[in-house]
Formats: sequence, C-alpha cells, structure tokens
Amino acid sequence: MMSATFTIDGQEVPFTPGQSVMQAALSAGVFIPHLCYHPEFRPHGSCKLCTVKVNGRPATSCTLPAAAGMDVESNTPEILDKRRALLQMLLVEGNHFCPSCEKSGNCKLQALGYELEVFTPHFNQFYPDRPVDASHPDVLLDFNRCILCELCIRASAEVDGKNVFALSGRGITKHLIVNAESGKLADTNFALTDKAAQVCPVGVILEKRVGFAVPIGQRHYDAAPFSAHVAEFKPTPESQGERS
Amino acid sequence: MPFELETAPNPEKLKRVVIEPVSRVEGHGKVTILLDDDDKVQQVRLHIVEFRGFEQFIEGRPYWEVPVMVQRLCGICPVSHHLAAAKALDMMLGVTITPTAEKVRRLMHYGQMLQSHALHFFHLSSPDLLFGFGSDMAKRNIVGVIAAEPAIAKKGVFLRKYGQEVIRMTAGKRVHGTGAIPGGVNKSLSAEDRASLLKEAYQMIAWSRDAVHLIKGLFEQNLEQYNAFGRFSAHSMGLIRADGAMDLYHGGLRARRADGSTLFDHFDYSNYLDVVVEDVKSWSYMKFPFFRSMGNSDEGWYRVGPLARVNNCDFISTPLADKERKDFMEFDNGSATGSTLGYHWARMIEMLHSAEAIKDLLHDDDICGTELMATGKRQERGVGVIEAPRGTLIHDYSVDENDQVTHANLIVSTTHNNQAMNESIRVVAKQYLDGKEITEGLLNHIEVAIRCFDPCLSCATHALGQMPLEVTLVGADGTAIDRLTRNMHGVCSTD
Repeated sequence: MMSATFTIDGQEVPFTPGQSVMQAALSAGVFIPHLCYHPEFRPHGSCKLCTVKVNGRPATSCTLPAAAGMDVESNTPEILDKRRALLQMLLVEGNHFCPSCEKSGNCKLQALGYELEVFTPHFNQFYPDRPVDASHPDVLLDFNRCILCELCIRASAEVDGKNVFALSGRGITKHLIVNAESGKLADTNFALTDKAAQVCPVGVILEKRVGFAVPIGQRHYDAAPFSAHVAEFKPTPESQGERS
Repeated sequence: MPFELETAPNPEKLKRVVIEPVSRVEGHGKVTILLDDDDKVQQVRLHIVEFRGFEQFIEGRPYWEVPVMVQRLCGICPVSHHLAAAKALDMMLGVTITPTAEKVRRLMHYGQMLQSHALHFFHLSSPDLLFGFGSDMAKRNIVGVIAAEPAIAKKGVFLRKYGQEVIRMTAGKRVHGTGAIPGGVNKSLSAEDRASLLKEAYQMIAWSRDAVHLIKGLFEQNLEQYNAFGRFSAHSMGLIRADGAMDLYHGGLRARRADGSTLFDHFDYSNYLDVVVEDVKSWSYMKFPFFRSMGNSDEGWYRVGPLARVNNCDFISTPLADKERKDFMEFDNGSATGSTLGYHWARMIEMLHSAEAIKDLLHDDDICGTELMATGKRQERGVGVIEAPRGTLIHDYSVDENDQVTHANLIVSTTHNNQAMNESIRVVAKQYLDGKEITEGLLNHIEVAIRCFDPCLSCATHALGQMPLEVTLVGADGTAIDRLTRNMHGVCSTD
C-alpha cells in the first residue's frame, strides 16, 4: 500500500514502509548512482556513491529507510562533485585501464565515470600489482580492478552457499582473497554457473575466452548511459531484506 | 667501423647539431650530426629516445586481451598490431578462420592501409614534395598545402576519412577497435554499412590514382634530384602470396638481395627466427635486424615497406594498381625502384591497390556473412605476420595452459628499416650538408629522408628491459676515463 511520499530534488516519490530511499527512488524511475547496491542483495552501504543529503545531512540512500516528508537532495552540484571524487578515488586505487579491459562497455564503474563526467583521475595512481589468478579452467580473476563492493562475497555466501571469496586486510591494504589454502580459485568449488560469477560490477571476475566477443555498439552501456537502465535495479524481495 | 658516418673517431672534438624532435613522423626521435671545424659531416645517427615496454607488460595477461591491448602501440596503424596479434593467436588456437572472418579482417586492413598511406603522403610528406625540401618552414605543413593546393589537400583528407570509416564499420571504432578476436571476428559488415561504403568506393579509387600520378609527375619534373636523394642499395623483405602477388594480409616471406636475386621465398613466417636476427647498438633503443644467413648486421640489413613490397611482388592482383606498378618499374629504366623517394610512389600504388581491394570485398557477399568464429586444436605458441603500412610486422606469443601469455616478441616495421633510415640520412648529410653552413632548410632534407620510410617511432620502441646502454665517465679535460656497457641481455661489462 503506497500511502506516504518524500521528495528527491523536489520530485515527489511514493514508498512502501520498509523501503530504503534508493529502492523507492528506483521503483519510481528516479536514478541514484550506485556500485555496491544490487537489487537481489541486501544493501551494503560501502561504495558511498549513492550518498544523498536528507534534510541537509549526508546519508547513503541504499541503507536509509524512507520516511514521509523527507527532503532528499541527489542531483545537486555539491553531491555530484562528491560522487565524482569517490569515483576518482576508486579509479586510482585499482588498475582501471579501460582501453584494454574486456569489461569496457559493460562495466558499471566506467559507465558511472562517463555519466558523471569523470575526465581525469585527479589523484595520484596507486598502480597496485596484484597477480592475476588464471588457475580456474573457466574463470579468470583480475584483482587489480576490485572496488571492494563485496557483491561476489555476498553472492557466494548467500546464494551459492560456498564462501569462495572474502576480504582480507584493513584500511588501505584491504583486498579480495579466495578462500583456499593455496589462495587459488582452482582449489575452491567455484563454478562458472555460480551467482558469484555473474555479479561483479567491474572486470575482476571474468569468464575465460570470451574477451571482446561482443562488438562495440552492442555492449550494455553503448546505447544508453547507466541511468537509463534504471528498470534493471528495481527492488526484489531479497533487497527488501527477506533473504535469510 | 662498419658504416661510414655511423661513429666518428673523435666525437668530443666535434660540433653537434641536433634535430629534435623529428617532425611529421609518428612518435619521438632525434637525429644527431657531428661536424668538424670545416663543417664536414663526421657522424649522423637517428636515435630513438623513448621506450614503451609492451612485450613486458603483456606477460601474464590473458591471451584474448592481447589484440586489443597491443594495438595501443600506435595511434596511426593500430589495426596492423590488432590483426598481427589476432593472427598469431589464431595459430595458437589452431584455427583456420572462416571466409567471412578473413574478408572482414582484410577489409579492416585495407581501410587501415588507405588511411595511413593517405595521412602519410598528404598530411605529412606532401608539404616537402609540393613546396620543396628547403622551402619556407612557415608554409611547409598541411595548412600550407590546404592554402596553396586545396584540391589536393581535400582528396587527402577524404581518402583518410574513408579509410577510417572502413575501420569503424569493421572494428567498432575509428581508432583502437575490437573487431578481430582470436579465432575470428566479433562482427561482419552490416548491409547499411556495405551500401554506404560502396557509394564512395569508386571515387576513392579515382582519387588514389590521382595521387599515384601526382607523385609520378613530381618524379618526372625533378628526375635527377628524386633519383639521387638519399639513395642507397639494400636487400629487401616482405610477405608474398603463393602465386607471387602482393598480399598485405597474409603469405610467405620473400627476401631479395640488393642485386635482385632471391635469398628466400615463400618462407613459412612462423619460423621467422631462422631467417631474421636482431642486433643492438649502444646508441639506440631500436634494434637492428638482419638476415641470419648473412652473418651480421653490417651485411645482412634490409628494407621493408611499400618500396620493398612493390619491387618484390610479381604482380598486383587489382588491375589499376598493377598498371601503375608496371609504370613504376619501367620508369627511367627502373631508377625509381632503388630511390628513397620511390617509397612515396610505391606507397601511393599500394593506396590504389587498397582502394580497389576494398571495392572488390564490398561486392563479395561473404563480407556480410554470419560464420564469424572457428575452433581448432590448441598449441603453445603462435606467430602472426602482416604487412603493415610501414612494412613487415611480426607478433610472436607463447601462452600457457591457464591462458596467460608467457612470452611475447614483436618486431615492427620501423625496426626492420632502422639501418635503412640511418643509411639514407647519412647519404643525405653527405649530399646536402657537408661543408655548408647548416640552415633549417638543409636540416629538413634529413627529415625528408626519414619521412620516406613513414617511420613509426612509438611502435619501434616497445621493448623494455632489453635496451643496450653505454655510460662513459669523462674527465675535466674531455678524455674518457671509464666506460660501462650493458648488452641486450642485461649483462654489464667494462672495456
């Protein structure tokens, strides 16, 4: 039952009790940039790209329950500037070399970068040197592109029931690892059909030998920007917190 | 001292003239000229002063990424690297690609050849040829050509644009596309794109022929100068089709000695290391390849590119280009075939051939086919060779069972021409600079010689960790106290 509303940038948005600001916005066709949010998983609140201002105070819209009468600012110069800086920090922390990356055109980080007009890295590049894990027969891992969204971790644990991935280290040294004594994906029970193989928003988890099979022009974000795909992010029961 | 003017005996006592950067070429290079007190030329060298490191950083990468990654070696002829890598990885996968895949790749390649040759001739070299090598520097550029010869400039711009459109329609982007993938292509030509290219194909052929006649006319007008300019004698190498026709996409290797006799023919390029070796010199980051059978780089160096290809083929498969080839071979009793400026003429013949080949491919229904990929029995290694606009391009990859590249070797066209370029600028230095007061116009003659080869200096500097280096410790009085050298294997030694 839709009884209450709040506003985003002056536009009235209805919500049902229990929905987050993000879910209500996406349901209403209002796009809020995000990377770690996925409609099939419980919100995570880590990438901070979905930060909005609610009644003048910053909050991550994916974790904030919607409430009647909220005054939400999203598409303002101040917030867009912050999102741009967040994207720039993500881009310099990894090796995001779009020109030779097979995820180019299908990558959410790249698509958001284009959409929010991130034209320079601004910060100094970290150039991490994390070896590629090509040990698995069907899937390649390029850790240099990880943005720590934990979607693969969540998918492997919650859907696949496998716990293949985890984060290790703290702060700036935090990084994605594989749960195997050898540290190699080949020594886990990971499979190409796993949910965890499908959810990476960037180019870390890649099906082998596919590469550039989809021509330029037919890739996911070639025809329309990230925000035009708002229908893909409509909430599911899982994102409403119903998955046990 | 193997080559005259390569190394002066007492360089510290000589005046040094530097051309840096060499302009109107791709990449960054410099020329140093050492002169004695009488302005006599004692040493001339083309130096490559940047290095890139592609061979190193593709190690460990998945093989399917390679054709897209390595094309970033160059912004002018990336398609050549894209296709050479794809061909090498076809071999690694044990694949014979489908007719549609081969024709789409060929179309992409001819589009590349057309745009690169047009760019080189019209935008980069025509200012020298139309206005004179030592003409007013302010006018000696493409803007000057547009002002003085708008009709010629317009053809150059539109020929290049057409070639870029061919690339865009086959690779997805005008520069750095993704069309060729190991085992085939990711798209064929759409019916709409085919129709739009066909509409202009005949105009491109006509304009290409005009360009051949333009350079031929310049030879006729300046016969003596054009024949003698930077002229040297050299062996040559290039790909050749099984029936002896020029083939820019695939074939065996043919090498001819300077006297025209055959050194090897229809040689399987996957064994290229049996016939070509690379030498290094301490003063350049670019290697010096030579024919293995000739023993050393002093004897065995050679030239590649348009001049070598037009000279080496028995015929060209498209009629208009073949007629122009015959005219070129017969011109002034064959004098143009050994002329350094003959590169431009041969280049325009190839541009005409490419325009004709594009038209033929557009009339072939396979170009819109749906069989894009093929499979085969995998091997550990693959070699791909293609004739890039500037000459023979070799890509060689080894891939392990995890699909990662374990070793890469690239020999690019400009590297093959390294000694040839050095030779031509030494001849020009002797012809035009010796004993004279150096002016900008005279120095441009050196650049004109380099531009004949259409060198791509960024391509030629891809090897990291293999540069030979020489460090000399010089005392206050100018005498050398100590010298340390490192060879291409990273081994250091003192004299």
